[in-house]
Amino acid sequence: MIDRPDFDRMSCPLPLMDHDTIQLAHGAGGLLSADLIDKLIMPRFASPELDKLEDQAVLDLPPGRVAFSTDTFVVSPVFFPGGDIGDLAINGTVNDVAMSGAEVIALSVGFVLEEGLPLADFHRILCSMENAAKKAGVRIVTGDTKVVGRGSCDGIFINTSGVGVIPEGVSLSAASLEPGDAVILSGTLADHGMAVMTVREGLSFQSTVTSDTAALNGLTRAILAAGPGTRTMRDPTRGGCATSLNEFAKASGIGIKLDESAIAVKPDVAGACEILGIDPMYVANEGKLIAVVPAAEAEAVLEAMRNHEHGSEAAVIGKVVADHPGLVAMKTGLGAERIVDMPVGEQLPRIC
Amino acid sequence: MKYLDEFRDPELAKGLLAEIERTVTQPWVIMEICGGQTHAIMRYGIDQLLPPEITLVHGPGCPVCVTPLETIDRALAVAAREDVIFTSFGDMLRVPGSRDDLFRVKSRGGDVRMVYSPLEAVKMARENPDREVVFLAVGFETTAPGNAMAVKQAAAEGLTNFSEIVSHVLVPPAMEAILSSPQNLVQGFLAAGHVCTIMGWDEYEPIAARYRVPIVPTGFEPVDILEGILKTVQLLESDQPGVENQYLRVVREEGNPVARAVVEEIYEVCDRKWRGIGMIPGSGLKVRDELAAFDAEKKFQVEGIVTEEPEICIAGEILQGLKKPNECPAYGKECTPTTPLGATMVSSEGACAAYHKYSRKGLS
Repeated sequence: MIDRPDFDRMSCPLPLMDHDTIQLAHGAGGLLSADLIDKLIMPRFASPELDKLEDQAVLDLPPGRVAFSTDTFVVSPVFFPGGDIGDLAINGTVNDVAMSGAEVIALSVGFVLEEGLPLADFHRILCSMENAAKKAGVRIVTGDTKVVGRGSCDGIFINTSGVGVIPEGVSLSAASLEPGDAVILSGTLADHGMAVMTVREGLSFQSTVTSDTAALNGLTRAILAAGPGTRTMRDPTRGGCATSLNEFAKASGIGIKLDESAIAVKPDVAGACEILGIDPMYVANEGKLIAVVPAAEAEAVLEAMRNHEHGSEAAVIGKVVADHPGLVAMKTGLGAERIVDMPVGEQLPRIC
Repeated sequence: MKYLDEFRDPELAKGLLAEIERTVTQPWVIMEICGGQTHAIMRYGIDQLLPPEITLVHGPGCPVCVTPLETIDRALAVAAREDVIFTSFGDMLRVPGSRDDLFRVKSRGGDVRMVYSPLEAVKMARENPDREVVFLAVGFETTAPGNAMAVKQAAAEGLTNFSEIVSHVLVPPAMEAILSSPQNLVQGFLAAGHVCTIMGWDEYEPIAARYRVPIVPTGFEPVDILEGILKTVQLLESDQPGVENQYLRVVREEGNPVARAVVEEIYEVCDRKWRGIGMIPGSGLKVRDELAAFDAEKKFQVEGIVTEEPEICIAGEILQGLKKPNECPAYGKECTPTTPLGATMVSSEGACAAYHKYSRKGLS
């Protein structure tokens, strides 16, 4: 058996280029555009479809329903502890497609680059995209690059779209939850959102918090193998775990009862949340998922998740109930009960 | 996590609840001063666990809530100026003024930036000598030292492009306003622990004596709050008004003398209008006259802006402990966290927002 390469340690030297920053001409379709694509982008994203350099990718898909998703990434700063906009853009769309139960097959990548973006930064982002795609086992099959004038975007924006094929017999829906089902969370909450927040201008403070950005298509595969009756899966990104659970409760017309003591937050993340007055239930995650499974399959799914690198801290955090339809309630650490509501908007650090 | 887990310990909490039940023999109305305490009470469901004799009412200690509409409107006017970088703590950004909030000013091109420390704003002033940097300095005694320090630092560096819109408020005059009202229901206070960290508790002794009430400086974790309630009930039941400190790990009798000195050096006491309550004499801080160059309201001449509140809102009665949020006819209907009509719904620490977020009390 061949050892899996350690993508994180692969070196990724910047090729010699005529410019050290992105120029408007890099997006004008002429020689400089070709130079950028040939020297910088193609070596990182090579795939049989992309190598043809056609205007579109033509895919031979296995039989089954097709899952299709798109997402645009505008994170600021583009480099943050534990990741950057590149791996986030790959993992985010892989996860959105994978949550349907699909095998993720191919991605498109669209760049909007700001004039003046250092080529070294762009190259670093391309390298982390390459590594993330390889780790997730997906191909980048088509793409586009545009350059906008200085001030028209924040360094770099990336759009990724993904397609996958849902295996026969798999049909997940947030509207299919039944009282008695177990709600399983794959790990700790709030790592990504707090990692980004701690390096934001005006808020920066030293911390050891790192983003959890990761592709979860291996974990979804393991969940479906162990729990064929799985009702739904979702990666709680913006709005956090609380938002995803509220969406489930409304879609299925059921209630969800959580146990606060079962929800894990890393100590450094919890500390950052306490300092800023932010509730981890509402903070974005980029490498976690919530699975709702029938009670009879909960043990098997939990074990399968815990055996996977991205689910080793998985836990049952609550259950679906017939009471209070449309609402998520939580048993507090003191044994009282409270509502876990939808957030009004982005959580803002409190005055004191 | 150390200093958190032990103060959220369910067993300790249960023991305190049992002790409160053993101690209480008659109904008592206790006010927690600080919005952070209200938030914790609702978040952990402490109000559901207390014996029925104890009624908690929610005090005026939410700085976002009580910042008057005029101040918000003045801040919005300054923030909209092209020459200004406007800086603020995060939770002031969403607070609506008469027509706008800071987010909307930003969307129209205003340079509005969130900071965690006012010293970040001073740094921006240093790095942007051709722009005016204004910081919205709100809060109780807790945030006053940091905000005063920003002015002191700017003055020491000779920065002429830094100023503050100051809307600081002080707790003791508000307590006196509540206690001296003929309709007052409050019989004991959980004083705001972090305010006392700065100020100590010597200001509370004369209030406790004059109005014959117990005042207990209390922390913000569930065990702190339950212990604060227990101490207050013990003092009430034994008819011993006075000040007793619950927040021993943080609060000293003299407070923080260094912090108090900075506040004294930069700010002076003034009359202050509280949103929802009205004018309370001697209840605010403003930039000292000799430091007027750092007073943004003077610098940008926005002192003239005057505004009125929606009539239906009963925030004033809620902030004085006379009513609870679910007794308001607009609560959860016209007034929600996305469409706040008044002071106590605008901030996550406001009593109405806390009720809405954690319990939907009174809503079907």
